[in-house]
Amino acid sequence: MSLAETSTFERIRRGLPASSREAQLARVWRAFHLLWTSPSAMVGFCIILLLIMVAAFATLLAPQDPYLQSLPSQLQPPSAQHLLGTDEFGRDILSRIIIGTRYTLYIVVMVAMIAAPIGLLVGASSGYLGGWVDTLLMRITDIALAFPRLILALAFVTAFGPSLNNAILAIAVTGWPPYVRIARAEALTIRRSDYIAAVQLMGASRLRIILLHVAPLCLPSLLVRMTLDMAGVILIAAGLGFLGLGAQPPAAEWGAMLSSGKDYMMSAWWVATFPGFAIFTVCMGFNLLGDGLRDILDPRQES
Amino acid sequence: MGRSISTLKVFLRQVAIILATFLGLILVTFVIGRVMPLDPVTAAIGPDVSQEVYDKVKEQMGLNDPVWLQLVNYMRSVAHLDFGYSFFTNQPVAKDIARVFPATLELAGVGVLIGTLIGVPFGIIAAVKRGTFIDGAVRVVMLIGYSAPVFWKGLILLVVFYAALGWASGPGRLSVYYDGMVPTRTGLLLVDSLLAGDWTVFRDALSHIILPAVSLGYGASAYIGRMTRSFMLDQLKQEYVSVARVKGLSERQVILRHVLPNCAVQLVTTVALTFGILLEGAVLTETIFAWPGLGSYMTNAMFNADMNAVVGGTLVIGSVFVFLNLGSDMLYRILDPRTRA
Repeated sequence: MSLAETSTFERIRRGLPASSREAQLARVWRAFHLLWTSPSAMVGFCIILLLIMVAAFATLLAPQDPYLQSLPSQLQPPSAQHLLGTDEFGRDILSRIIIGTRYTLYIVVMVAMIAAPIGLLVGASSGYLGGWVDTLLMRITDIALAFPRLILALAFVTAFGPSLNNAILAIAVTGWPPYVRIARAEALTIRRSDYIAAVQLMGASRLRIILLHVAPLCLPSLLVRMTLDMAGVILIAAGLGFLGLGAQPPAAEWGAMLSSGKDYMMSAWWVATFPGFAIFTVCMGFNLLGDGLRDILDPRQES
Repeated sequence: MGRSISTLKVFLRQVAIILATFLGLILVTFVIGRVMPLDPVTAAIGPDVSQEVYDKVKEQMGLNDPVWLQLVNYMRSVAHLDFGYSFFTNQPVAKDIARVFPATLELAGVGVLIGTLIGVPFGIIAAVKRGTFIDGAVRVVMLIGYSAPVFWKGLILLVVFYAALGWASGPGRLSVYYDGMVPTRTGLLLVDSLLAGDWTVFRDALSHIILPAVSLGYGASAYIGRMTRSFMLDQLKQEYVSVARVKGLSERQVILRHVLPNCAVQLVTTVALTFGILLEGAVLTETIFAWPGLGSYMTNAMFNADMNAVVGGTLVIGSVFVFLNLGSDMLYRILDPRTRA
């Protein structure tokens, strides 16, 4: 049976792509296959997938209106009607946790979309340009890398005023240095390759080379690093929410829910416990996936 | 001769990095103190004052000076440990911090102690029993440790061990009736009560600190254990381990006498780093346990837009963090001959 006769799926599975699109699909397939070999990474992957699905269909999944207050039914323990009980305003906690997935996902995606491009741009420029630019940028990065993240984020949000978006900004502003390191390391290996020399000969500007030819190749390692960071991002965001510096009431953000629930902890444990469990589960998902990805991509670690 | 010169060079280089980082930290806090949308003058004297008074205070606070001069003045006062006045407590921020910081240090200290005592042995066991059920179990317990928010762990501990079981004391550092019974020497209640030889107070302080310290220490043990495991695995691959085994040493001796000492420097570095992380975590934990430390102080300041107090607290925790971070790095570079290129 010749190669052309086999199905697309078969060619991808055997790693014999016939087009560039198939080659891309084959890469995704191989990554997925590797992920499959690590059970813990797979569990993490499933948790994240579940988070995304729940967030996507949150309004359909929520059994009740997460913002509907009902004083007669406040602080009710878990029951058939309210599976995870109700909070101090009689709102259904399960519904609020389901809607809360959107806040968590929003925070994670926004932080990644702000911090990673900064890191990518600075790191790729630093590695590609070299010389004093590299020295200067890396010195600044190293300084920022030694800063305490949580406490600076706290101070930033206090200064800018407490809100969800300011919390995201604060986390992103304190989160870019590791990405610079990663992108620079990649750029250092890329800058010597032949295709870069070819683009240089064709007269491409430095900016063009960095943006179009160096930065895209730094992306895969950046993605892994982002996955590893996400658990930390969620914990810091939850911490800010817990201190009342993140999403403001009545938003169903998990950290904020936990914060208002702590006042009723002794009489109504479920109000704070379940949002905390949600934070914990998602963090564990990202940790498992991140650890798995690192094991797969860094063969020195295990095996 | 050559070796001591290279050590000196490493040392000076690290000192320069530490100084640059402190400078960066000061710069960042300066920016944070200035970006506040709330007018600092209004924050200081309230909104109901005449324009004349407002202008005068603004001039006194140096807010009419050019930015670079303000920065220089800011750096000068920080160098003198002068963080300005707290508008909320009407005290110098430095004085406030000196009063509350020992409580945080004590909490983070006991936390890191718990983290080390649990994390290191478990990390060793996981490395030695690598790939077995025990390794997996340790890994899961540690995964839970660093995935769960520290304030959530604190709340659960409080409900279970204080409210339900009554095994430990509740919020605060000390029961009210013991307050002020031992003279303050170090500000660390556990140490002060021991120095005074007062076991009742010591026991009471211990039963208060145990829950917040465990909620911090669990996360710390997860991190320390994970690092211990990977340091151990790195060492176990080395040839000297086979030599030691071939010599007929028991596995126990190989691990404790040969492998562990070779991880010692890395472990010290890790523990120092963890202490810095716990100082940050204490800010979150203190709120739950009404722990009268720097975290509670800063949280209060945040809600009162008391920017001097927030910036002062950030600088203090940040400085300790930076110092531990880079200091342990320096220690590592000097003590570990392999890092000398």
